Amino acid sequence: MSHVIARRTYYVVFAVLVVLTLVTTEVAFFDFGLLNPVIALTIAVVKATVVVLYFMHMKYSSRLTMIIGGAGIFWLGILLTLTMSDYFARGAGAY
Amino acid sequence: MPDAAFDPRAVHGAQAQAAALHEPALKHHFDDLGQQKEAATLGMWLFLATEVLFFGGLFAAYFLYRVWYPEVFGEASRTLDITLGSVNTLVLIGSSLTMALAVHAAATGQRRLLMIFIALTMLLGTVFLGVKAVEYYDKIVHHHVPGPSFHFEGPAPERAQLFFSLYFAMTGLHAFHMVIGLGLMTVMLVMAWRGRFSETWYTPVEMSGLYWHFVDIIWIFLFPLLYLVDRHS
Repeated sequence: MSHVIARRTYYVVFAVLVVLTLVTTEVAFFDFGLLNPVIALTIAVVKATVVVLYFMHMKYSSRLTMIIGGAGIFWLGILLTLTMSDYFARGAGAY
Repeated sequence: MPDAAFDPRAVHGAQAQAAALHEPALKHHFDDLGQQKEAATLGMWLFLATEVLFFGGLFAAYFLYRVWYPEVFGEASRTLDITLGSVNTLVLIGSSLTMALAVHAAATGQRRLLMIFIALTMLLGTVFLGVKAVEYYDKIVHHHVPGPSFHFEGPAPERAQLFFSLYFAMTGLHAFHMVIGLGLMTVMLVMAWRGRFSETWYTPVEMSGLYWHFVDIIWIFLFPLLYLVDRHS
């Protein structure tokens, strides 16, 4: 139940997060057109996933806890998708 | 009249009482510490799911206006200090590391180390808020705070004002969460100092840690969305 992760794992996760922060900052100065926000958000999602899995111990949590965490993301998806689809179906900048 | 020995509730009560004698942290309505911790973890994640939606509304507003007014969002974003922003991101990631190490110290029963790591987490959290205050001050000086004194060079200042409204709402709500986190850490520090935690029971440290990491994750998204819009042009 109470799974204690080796401290080394935390240092590795920290190093990954630092590298990704530097990468996302550097990449922002190059013009990839529409891909710029996509790259920035992908890196952010990877960073958040690493934090959830290791710092927040989700990797070692029960199935029920994973479902609750996943439900949070799922509802966020509903919030963003339905809001955006409604606005864009009415035409950009119509208000 | 039923025999008390065959009443399941009575048996359960006796077991719980026996367990409580061994473990003072165990509440009587839980079978064992594992179940109690599982319940706490589940409740904490449920709370964090509501927090995701709390911030989600702001993110939805942000995405909508960024798609509508991409040029102005780029212009306004470039007035933010990218060095301060990225350094602050590293500071917050560092505080997440010390937080994870604090939970590790608690799980291995190292009280002194636990207190050191909680104090370090608080120190880094305070540094983050300090840098944020410097950035806010800079925005006030340059009249970038939405309101009657707002001023922005460019063709569409009222749209730039939208960006800064979102900037202050999102970073402000995040900073407010940081302040709550610092309050939680203060309580954890006092509890650790009083020797309230043990290797078998340190649930408050772990739950406060979940909260702290969640606030870190919010910033992981705020940083690219607010600071890294069209930096190349």
